[in-house]
Amino acid sequence: MDFVTYLIRACQEPDKPTSMTNSSATSHFDQPPLLAVHDLRVALQTAHGHVDALRGVSFVMQRGDTLGLIGESGCGKSLTALAVMGLLPERAQVTGSVQLNGTELTQLSEAVLCKMRGARMAMIFQEPMTALNPLHPIWKQIAEPLQLHQSMSLAAAKKRALELLERVQLPRAKERLDAYPHQLSGGQRQRVMISIALACQPDILIADEPTTALDVTVQKEVLSLIRQLVTEDGMGLLLISHDLGLMRDQVDRVMVMYGGTVVESARTPDLFRTRAHPYTQGLFAARPQLGLKRGTRLQTIPGNVPEIFKWPQGCAFADRCPHAQASCRMAVPLPEQIHANRNADSSSMQTHEHWVSCLKWQQLETSA
Amino acid sequence: MITLNHPFKRALKHPSFVAGSAVVLLLVVSAVVSLFWSPYPVGDIDIPHKLAASSAQHWFGTDSLGRDIASLLLVGSQNSLLVGFIAVGIGLGVGVPLGLLASAKRGWVEEVVMRAADFTFAFPALLSAILLTSIYGPGLVVSITAIGIFNIPVFARITRGAANSVWTRDYTMAARAAGKTKWAITWEHVLPNIASVLIVQATVQFAIAILAEAALSYLGLGTQPPQPSWGRMLNEAQSQMFQAPMLAVYPGVAIALAVLGLNLMGDGLRDLLDPRLSRTR
Amino acid sequence: MSSFVFQRLLSFFITLAVTSVVVFGVLEWLPGNAAQVILGETATPESLAAMEEKLGLNQPALSRYLQWTGCLLQGHSGMSISYDTPTADLMLERMHVTLPLAIMAMSFTVLIALSLGLYAASKQNSAADAGVMTLSQLGLALPNFWLAILLILLFAVHLQWVSAGGFPGWSEEDGGGIWAGVAALLLPAMALAAVQTAILTRVTRSAVIESMSEDYVRTARAKGLSKSQVLWGHVLRNAMIPVVTVMGLQFGNLITSAIVIENVFVLPGIGRLIFQAIANRDLIVVRDVVMLLSAMVILINFLIDLLYAWIDPRLKTVAAGS
Repeated sequence: MDFVTYLIRACQEPDKPTSMTNSSATSHFDQPPLLAVHDLRVALQTAHGHVDALRGVSFVMQRGDTLGLIGESGCGKSLTALAVMGLLPERAQVTGSVQLNGTELTQLSEAVLCKMRGARMAMIFQEPMTALNPLHPIWKQIAEPLQLHQSMSLAAAKKRALELLERVQLPRAKERLDAYPHQLSGGQRQRVMISIALACQPDILIADEPTTALDVTVQKEVLSLIRQLVTEDGMGLLLISHDLGLMRDQVDRVMVMYGGTVVESARTPDLFRTRAHPYTQGLFAARPQLGLKRGTRLQTIPGNVPEIFKWPQGCAFADRCPHAQASCRMAVPLPEQIHANRNADSSSMQTHEHWVSCLKWQQLETSA
Repeated sequence: MITLNHPFKRALKHPSFVAGSAVVLLLVVSAVVSLFWSPYPVGDIDIPHKLAASSAQHWFGTDSLGRDIASLLLVGSQNSLLVGFIAVGIGLGVGVPLGLLASAKRGWVEEVVMRAADFTFAFPALLSAILLTSIYGPGLVVSITAIGIFNIPVFARITRGAANSVWTRDYTMAARAAGKTKWAITWEHVLPNIASVLIVQATVQFAIAILAEAALSYLGLGTQPPQPSWGRMLNEAQSQMFQAPMLAVYPGVAIALAVLGLNLMGDGLRDLLDPRLSRTR
Repeated sequence: MSSFVFQRLLSFFITLAVTSVVVFGVLEWLPGNAAQVILGETATPESLAAMEEKLGLNQPALSRYLQWTGCLLQGHSGMSISYDTPTADLMLERMHVTLPLAIMAMSFTVLIALSLGLYAASKQNSAADAGVMTLSQLGLALPNFWLAILLILLFAVHLQWVSAGGFPGWSEEDGGGIWAGVAALLLPAMALAAVQTAILTRVTRSAVIESMSEDYVRTARAKGLSKSQVLWGHVLRNAMIPVVTVMGLQFGNLITSAIVIENVFVLPGIGRLIFQAIANRDLIVVRDVVMLLSAMVILINFLIDLLYAWIDPRLKTVAAGS
């Protein structure tokens, strides 16, 4: 937080602690958080004009946290992940702060960032077939980060690649070492991707829709594998998806994104119990339920996700929100903690509270 | 007030397309005009004024027989256009149906057609054109035929490739499920969807045909005198290189300009008709 | 691996065989018979009869075909009518000029096109990129024989650095020498290379750009590879596939373009041989040279196919599963 806010806080609430962490996370009190993102904004200059693709995303993760990022296509989930990794094209203007273990990533040179990617932070992507180079055998692709970051010899790297493949439970790993990506199935390729990501034992794994392109039966296997490995290694996991059901089972905390901002964030059980933002409410209401009476219409959120060039100045959901008022359209609402009485700095969004960015959440709280 | 359609407006803003089409238009206009008029009749030999430099009477000078270069260039454009149209016409007329057949029937029909096409590719085109003209005698007809024949496998290949991808689309499957015959589908769905690919390729092949005919004429195997031909003009100019170097420049510029215009037009069309076609981004 | 190679080998031999049939067939299917074509309209019946005897036209076509191919496979070849030497000797002699010419031209092409294409792709959409694209667009439009003439005008007529044509020979006894030979082939190689360079530059550029936007590039960056490491380690090998295809096609183009260029520079190569043979109506030479050139092109295509298998493992193995 900045000095001015600190002063204001100190004057208004002399008894409340003003540090970034708070009492409910005392175990991490002295260490910097694993990942601290504050007011991350991404602007792009496109053929259609200037676009604010990400309009202020903030969150904090500690070691071992599993955080889910959910939202429809175009809301900025992947953009957030790429911005954290520093993989956006040069013409994207990134502002805000991204700190990994206390190191400010946005100020680092490309060369230093390259050293961190794959070693301290890793990412896996949606399409395992195209994400692997078709011309290299899979052991070589796993060995690459090992050679790069740990200066392993080729032979040692190949050996380690085998160990990693066995860890991700790739059947017949030894025979498959020399295989090429086109010889494996989708689920197998994704396992290879996971072993590539985990090769150098990073602190955080970002998984961008890792199972969306896979068969439903394989999805569960791959996700539980990810979860298991993450827990074993004590890594942080940022899981991006558009699938609510996935979130319920796989992550401890969920952030809902819409229109380039985080509209609601809470612990998973809390979110599934109570929703404060109209968009989240709409999302949950739209799920088909078993046991509904025949002929009941499925609920939908009226309207369409606005095109990225046409995002309004204020709350992006205002045009589709049944409760929108004039003030909603003027500025993006700041996050407020529910079950608390006042606004707080978004950078202190912590692991256990339920936050929402809506001007009218108090009137709208609903239960499952 | 005539308002332009949206696609035409886009076309007019595309620099490659505009530049290319302007040149092609110039070519067509020259050819048409030359049917009725040229500064001097092309047959006019005027030995006293041979190898003259450019002047008010002869804008580009005269050649070794005193003929006016400007007129020769103008009438020569007829030749180039004719070759392009007929050669591409042959390629489209025979190659496209073959490609459509191969794509619709699949199986051994496709194999045979494609093998034949591949085989013709393996045979160097210019070489075979030279061979044919050597046997059947040089001349416009034989050289156009030779060039045209080699357009057939090009169009067959492209048609079949593009048609194949249309056949796998859902709307063709739906049409087949609804009971439409393959011929009806080919006519109503496949052909309109591959039209843009074919148009672009046609401009490319047109340019290639002009170049090929120029090469054949240079070798003396193409258009025969007295019909003017840019390629043959270059050959004649070569022997006068020391006396009148510019004679070797003008016909080459004409050829290069025509080809450049067609290529630019083709590039522009490629972008305009289907952005996904353009390989460079 | 072996089944792919075997398939390609089979295809190679079949194409070669069919080509020989076609080459033979075209010369059979003449207006009038071969003797009439060779001797022309003014031939007397006696000379016609003598020629027919010499060509063996009284034998059926099939046995003549088999005789011809049989001889070729054994390394003999027919006798040229106009030169009265075996065509094989003629062709070998001419190859001393054409082959170095083709190799020089191909080297220019590959060196310039790959570097320019790579450069343009790495600076995509910049002024440098636009410059390269414009240059290549111009290069595509030039008839290569016109460029040859322009080069002669500049370097031979105006600057007088090299002669306007002719070939002095490789050995110094004939008044030539290595450097003299290379100097004589320099302009022709440049003329040959120009158009091919333009084409290959464009292909290289688009292949590299296409590869750079593939998903595995993003994965490689996520692993921590720098942009140049990604380019050399991942992008180039993938981009080479379309580039190598085009290079293979271009060699065929090069050989046939050499026919025209050798005529511009009056070089005693294969191109000039076939041209003179056509003028002399020496059908034997024409037939054998056409067969040779076609065989060379088919061989190159075959080698390129093998190269593919080496570059792209998807061709080698039968995909298992998925």
